[in-house]
Amino acid sequence: MLALQILIDGFAISALYALGATGFTLIFGVSGVLNLSHGAIMVAAAVAAWAAASVLHLDIYTGALFGVGVALIMAFATYFAVVKPIQNSRRIPNEEKEIFVLTGTLLWGIMIQELIAYFFTNNAKTVLPIVEGVVDIFGNRTPRNNIFTALVCCLVIGLLWLLVNRTRTGKAVLAASMNPRGVTLLGLELTQIYIVVWGIYGILAGIAGVLLGMFLGVSSYSVGPLTASAFSIVVLGGLGSVSGSLIAAFVVGYLETITAYMISPAYRTIPALLLLVFVMYIRPQGLLGRR
Amino acid sequence: MTSFFTSRLFLISLVCVVVAATLPLYVSGYILGLLTVAFYFGVFAMAWDLLFGFAGEVNFGPTFLIGTGAYTAGILNNQYGWSVYVCILLGALASVVAGFVLALPALRVRGPYFGLTTLVAVLMLQNFVVVFADLTGGEIGLTIPDVITINAGANYWIALGFMTASAAILYGLSQSPVGLVLQASGQDPVQAGALGFNIVKHKLAAFIVSAFFSGLSGALLVFYFGTASVGTVVDVAVGVNVIVSAVLGGRRTVLGAALGAIFLIVAGEFLRPTGELATFIVSAVALLVVLFFPGGFLGAALSREARS
Repeated sequence: MLALQILIDGFAISALYALGATGFTLIFGVSGVLNLSHGAIMVAAAVAAWAAASVLHLDIYTGALFGVGVALIMAFATYFAVVKPIQNSRRIPNEEKEIFVLTGTLLWGIMIQELIAYFFTNNAKTVLPIVEGVVDIFGNRTPRNNIFTALVCCLVIGLLWLLVNRTRTGKAVLAASMNPRGVTLLGLELTQIYIVVWGIYGILAGIAGVLLGMFLGVSSYSVGPLTASAFSIVVLGGLGSVSGSLIAAFVVGYLETITAYMISPAYRTIPALLLLVFVMYIRPQGLLGRR
Repeated sequence: MTSFFTSRLFLISLVCVVVAATLPLYVSGYILGLLTVAFYFGVFAMAWDLLFGFAGEVNFGPTFLIGTGAYTAGILNNQYGWSVYVCILLGALASVVAGFVLALPALRVRGPYFGLTTLVAVLMLQNFVVVFADLTGGEIGLTIPDVITINAGANYWIALGFMTASAAILYGLSQSPVGLVLQASGQDPVQAGALGFNIVKHKLAAFIVSAFFSGLSGALLVFYFGTASVGTVVDVAVGVNVIVSAVLGGRRTVLGAALGAIFLIVAGEFLRPTGELATFIVSAVALLVVLFFPGGFLGAALSREARS
């Protein structure tokens, strides 16, 4: 029965990791930006959903939407206030832009984190789940919220797949990730594609953040670990490869759940870290990465 | 070399150090304590700048090196009661070993991949400290029985002397032919290799030097604090402060990194009345510097001097 329980519990957390990491890897794939304010944006979404429900007394659905909206605004703010000025700066040499984007988004993330801590304290906040209660799956009592989380994650990732592969905008995004110069030659505005990608990213990070708030609860302390876990999942899967990140998310999610159940919750993150180091040594480009 | 001793940079640095050395005669112990910590942080930032600014390695885990040195020294003193100086030396050596371990992936992977490896190294060290709580004191921190001295002035002078010596060595190294080769291999490893320089050897040397100073400074810091904890020498947030200091002061300037660290710590203290907003303000200022003065404090000053 333990195996089944691990299977069910691990699936929800893995799906959540996958959703969080997808947006992160999409941005890297298209614009080469590693957004280190990722965790802060997710937490901001969750805290906004929480505040909408408990401070503004909105209903659960409006609260969740409000959270996603805040994440969307944050994503655009990150792009326009931090990433774009650095990319367009003439004073920063091209080969150093990467480290400047890393430093800039890191500082931006800390700023968001501190503001959240200032206005909403450091206490952990749990967003009221949309569905409540438990169901019995072959003798395992599973919160309905787990199933809901897993379903929403799969649905959103499926929609993203359709968007990228079946729509004109999505194909432009895909093309930009393969060859930015080629896309500009075809008469598409690269800046517009970036704006679309940051929009998609904001929605993905927002949904992931709100779901995380319902599933585990968040506090401003979760910012760093969230960014780190997205970063490691994305590198494990191969930077810029969406399918690689999905696989990596499930590997990390299940590894953590198995460790938590079989050994001790205190060692939860260690095997995943060891795996990451191991993969870096034998296959530095990650599972499905192309260099 | 003689031109260096008459250069404006040398004279300004000399005046700064002389003025700083007389501070214990007329300022309070509180300010001295603050500056003591800032000076050790300055060494962290300078050692990081050698790796990033010159060798071009994005090291997100300066605290892996700092923490290894600090905890090794602390544990040896706590468990075996060895003399402070032996512990500090062994701490620095342990850190060199850690630098060697960190250098291995750096020779294989680049850019963000290496950045993540270093981040993972810090998280592993943090987990190690928490899991082996009997040895390391866990999350509460490790108590260190001995201190170098309890005199605030003496502690301050030790820190100042240590920072000045480190700055002289690291700056000298960065301006030497070795520094130039490092800079070249950081910017274009293929071309630097094609010119016949052994990149692996130079990068390894950079890691070892950086690790030695980080570890030494970390060990000295724990003997000043009398305690070693995850929050002061290992946490990712500490590493972020080191990185911000170096970028704020100006990358590739070495001395700027120390200025950035002193600014960061002193500014954090001045902003203490604003409570939880202090970190926000410091990060916002740092972000503005990154966006509008990408060269940092010293980078802007040096380029102006170079132009005139």
